[in-house]
Amino acid sequence: MPPFTTRRTIRSPILARTDGFAVETRGVTKEFAGFRAVNGVDLRLEAGRVHALVGPNGAGKTSLFNLLTGFLKPTSGEVLIFGRDATHLRADEIANLGVARSFQITSLFEQLSALEHVLLALQSATDLGLRFWSSEGALRRFVPRGRELLGEVGLEGAADRLASDLPYGQKRALELAIALAREPRLLLLDEPTSGMGLEDVGRTIALIRQVAGGRTVLLVEHNMGVVAEVAQRVVVMQQGRVIADGPYEAVRHDPAVIAAYLGQVDA
Amino acid sequence: MSGRYPRIAMVVGSAVVALVLPRVIYSVLALDILLWALFAMSVDLLVGYVGLLSFGHAAFWGGAAYVAALLARDLRLAFPLAALAGVLAAMALAVPVGYLSIRRRGIYFAMVTLAFAQMLFYLVNELRGVTGGENGVQGVPRLLWGVSVTRPGDFYYAALPLVLLGYLAVYRVTRSPFGHVLAAIRDNEARAQALGYPTPRYKLVAFVLSAGIAGLAGSLYAIGHGFASLDLLHWTTSGTVVLMVVLGGTGTLWGSLVGAAIVLFLRDQLSSVTEASDAVTGAILIAIVLGFRRGLWRSLAALPARAVRRLART
Repeated sequence: MPPFTTRRTIRSPILARTDGFAVETRGVTKEFAGFRAVNGVDLRLEAGRVHALVGPNGAGKTSLFNLLTGFLKPTSGEVLIFGRDATHLRADEIANLGVARSFQITSLFEQLSALEHVLLALQSATDLGLRFWSSEGALRRFVPRGRELLGEVGLEGAADRLASDLPYGQKRALELAIALAREPRLLLLDEPTSGMGLEDVGRTIALIRQVAGGRTVLLVEHNMGVVAEVAQRVVVMQQGRVIADGPYEAVRHDPAVIAAYLGQVDA
Repeated sequence: MSGRYPRIAMVVGSAVVALVLPRVIYSVLALDILLWALFAMSVDLLVGYVGLLSFGHAAFWGGAAYVAALLARDLRLAFPLAALAGVLAAMALAVPVGYLSIRRRGIYFAMVTLAFAQMLFYLVNELRGVTGGENGVQGVPRLLWGVSVTRPGDFYYAALPLVLLGYLAVYRVTRSPFGHVLAAIRDNEARAQALGYPTPRYKLVAFVLSAGIAGLAGSLYAIGHGFASLDLLHWTTSGTVVLMVVLGGTGTLWGSLVGAAIVLFLRDQLSSVTEASDAVTGAILIAIVLGFRRGLWRSLAALPARAVRRLART
């Protein structure tokens, strides 16, 4: 046995099973000062399908999102992404496994234009980033693809506007363009249609369907119309636990789900 | 593209100013202004472009100054080589200091950098055998491969190309693909990470580059004055350079030049008039900071546009 064999090199071959799941969590738990925001969640996302994560406010959806993308570390449990143990990876390392996410609270780079946002995302797939000696003209090669992506989300006219000047719905659309620019295998969207007008919601639904081809998608969504339209599987969370998991029609009639939502109305 | 011609005009104009400056004010003050401006730009690279306020940059300015001064005096190195050694020393020092400090943000980052700078201050003071303790490194010659640059006026012109190279380096870094990532980290580090950028590595590279620029300025400062002293490593030096950046406006680079010129010019003029020059300087600086909240440079740069608008209205 060579002296430098580490725990990690022993563990990874054992865990390197995919079983057709893009994401698999095993008993993932996250505590904040004694409060269990996520409580023993076993989540499996099938590769190439669209999943919706729903549940009342405070159910732990966004915490779970952050656990999957490395922005939070679980108190216990494991996170596997494409069969790799991602429990202890940093956010940028998880991103580079082919994972892109949007953020619920739109937090863009205030002083960059819409196009610059997409260029930055396109640049991240190359080694240009650390070239402090290169001219920014090196970024010009990404402009055609950048404009194309903005066009796909209906932002062709807003390319040169500062992100901070965009109306809310367009910020959400820009979020989507940035995520798509990364050509992700796993796309995590946190409330992609919140704050959008009806027309934009329709466009976003079409876009999610279009980009879903071959990709695994998980979206947190409150709009049940959107969920019914795009999701092949629905995962319902309540108080940090998964209480139902299955096709939309089955989940909709699940007594536990009905109770959870009725309970929320009472509260 | 509308900004292109004014920018070229400004660069040419500045080059002309840099060339005639020693004819207007005495050349020691002129070089001081250019070097402190370069030092201030190195700090602005972190504050204005990465969002990291370093309060310990005296370590790199002063540390490089000692290395360059010792090599120029004891090995009789030509000043460009001594300055290069100073730059490399500052960058080498910045690797561990940066590695440990970029894990923190805001006031904590400032305090960690300050702590490291203070450690270096005491270390240099203790190593009297090498550094001369409180006397510093004196009698540093200005050497240039047989060309005489002993007179301050000559040294100004000999050092000018290196200073301009330093300005250009900072300018290029801020406008490179790397600079775009830095801006992203400044605005929203979590999102930059979600795009797959290992942000600590970017911050460390920026920190080391910034230290190298500060080291270039400090090396030339020590050689230009013929000595390196503990003043250069003192925490008030870190404070003064931050003041210059804030005064001129962060994230502008030109602001660093304006800030350095105002602080040094005020000190120089007032010290011959009054004993309490620091107090008067301080009062004037407070007035400027309160009057021009976005920094002098942005306010001044907006003046022509405002004048045009006013003319158009009448």
